[in-house]
Amino acid sequence: MPQNKDRAHNEPFIRVINIRKSFGSVVALDGVNLDFYRGEVTAIVGDNGAGKSTLIKVISGVLSPDGGKLIVNRKSYNFLTPSQAIELGISTVYQDLALVDCRDVATNIFLGQEPLKAGLFVDKKKMNRESEKLLNRLKVHIPSVTTAVEFLSGGQRQGVAVARSINQRGKMIIFDEPTAAMGVKESARVLELIRSLGSDGFAVVVISHNLHHVFSISNRICVLRNGRMAGDFRAERTSPNEIVGYITGTNELNTEVVKRGIFNHA
Amino acid sequence: MHESTLEERAKVKRALGNISPQLLLIIILTTMVISLSLSSPFFLTWSNLRNIFDHSSLYIILAIGMTFVISSGGIDLSVGGVAALSGVCMAVAMKSGLGVGAAIAVGLLAGGMIGAANGAVISRLKINPFIVTLGFMSVSRGLALIITGGIPIYGFPRAFTWFGSGHVGPLNPPMLIAAFIAAAAALALNRTRFGYYTLALGGNEEALRRSGVSTRFFKTAVYILCGTTAALCGLIVTSRLNTAEPLAGWMLEMDSIAAVVLGGTSMKGGRGSITGTVIACLLLGVLRNGLVILSIPAYYQQLLIGIIILTAVVFAEVRPRKALVI
Repeated sequence: MPQNKDRAHNEPFIRVINIRKSFGSVVALDGVNLDFYRGEVTAIVGDNGAGKSTLIKVISGVLSPDGGKLIVNRKSYNFLTPSQAIELGISTVYQDLALVDCRDVATNIFLGQEPLKAGLFVDKKKMNRESEKLLNRLKVHIPSVTTAVEFLSGGQRQGVAVARSINQRGKMIIFDEPTAAMGVKESARVLELIRSLGSDGFAVVVISHNLHHVFSISNRICVLRNGRMAGDFRAERTSPNEIVGYITGTNELNTEVVKRGIFNHA
Repeated sequence: MHESTLEERAKVKRALGNISPQLLLIIILTTMVISLSLSSPFFLTWSNLRNIFDHSSLYIILAIGMTFVISSGGIDLSVGGVAALSGVCMAVAMKSGLGVGAAIAVGLLAGGMIGAANGAVISRLKINPFIVTLGFMSVSRGLALIITGGIPIYGFPRAFTWFGSGHVGPLNPPMLIAAFIAAAAALALNRTRFGYYTLALGGNEEALRRSGVSTRFFKTAVYILCGTTAALCGLIVTSRLNTAEPLAGWMLEMDSIAAVVLGGTSMKGGRGSITGTVIACLLLGVLRNGLVILSIPAYYQQLLIGIIILTAVVFAEVRPRKALVI
């Protein structure tokens, strides 16, 4: 399989194995298997309730799965806590961005990672300096890192959230609906940022409803339906129509997946 | 275009945010001090000012713990009960032969433990802090009544009464304790991780949790801090009166919450000011003192203080919303 050639020397950053999760009688994830690689932008698509958000919440440690395991750095985990996930380099940019609105940009970027002076006091100057550097590198324009986040535009807020993920020494960055409720110009900027993270060697995962955006940034597109994997494609070898077919269930299970043996239908 | 108007809007709000509400409090305080000293020759005497500071220091200590709780998005209604309970614990410890230092430690520990219980129930079981601390208000008051049998305990060693009625130069111990705690709290809230996380808890608890910080730990710590400052108040009240009174500190929770909100700490959490709290406590102290000096009857004092607090809070809560519309 040609799409595996460029990964042959490359172990997956994280392997998701047979993950199951239910909320009461609602089965959100019904045995999902998926590998994520560094340097690759993977989109996860699916209808509402397909289990996309639940999947990334399990990977980022916000939810504990009912069964299955996660393998990171050859170590197997039954579940992760948020701080464990961050230590392993898994950072998530949530749909709600998880920013503290009334605090300033630098404080948000360093939330949970504040540098200390004399082992006690937060080194605010260092936080401001490094935040500015980081935002410049990401080409996110924010007038001042001491502005409260509540005064920023949607794109700027997204930029702050991404900067925080990278600042947490993230190796894998997960985006949940990054362009929801965003204007055309802002979306374009955020998509450009996501694509550049992929080529910078991060394992990037994007959840999106917008197939146009998905095709413009991803190397690989995975379809979830009713809590199961319904397909796994190289972006250049599929089309929006085909993806829609798998999202809605009019197309059958993608055979490529079965042949690669990473999908366990039981 | 869009972003530049946003920036301008941010500038306007920042400018408005800078004058409110601590500066406003200072202006009101100064006006009150000037008009009171013009209307009464007694007001600006050292013994009267000392009196004001002495009374305010109790409220400052209590309100500082409350500032942390409120800026973390919570509330603590149990502080009055905790103050009474820890006073009673110190009294019983001393009467049973413990030294003054050990007795004080027992009382502070009791306050910290009620705080820990508050924090544990609120953060682990995710129950509304209003209800939980209302429950512990009754629990601690009830314990204080049970331990004493409803009868005040009095007569303590001088080393103990020193904390309430001793002298340190022209000042007294409560003032020094209040000043020390205010300085430490200002540093802790604005410059340490504990303060950063307290404000983040109030601003967006889920964001803090997802950043890998144990929100349970820090939330519990905030309530332990508040319980301990309440116990310190218990120490001062008990030693000042030389009596441990199970009904001491009645309505103390309301007074301290009023001072915190008056000082510009947001009831929604995320924003807190130690300076504001200290100034608000002084302002309320001057107000009470002024009403006495102007011989306004006690019933009217209650009414007036209520109206002033309501006005101030309405003003503080309404203004930021207006600033956003500009």
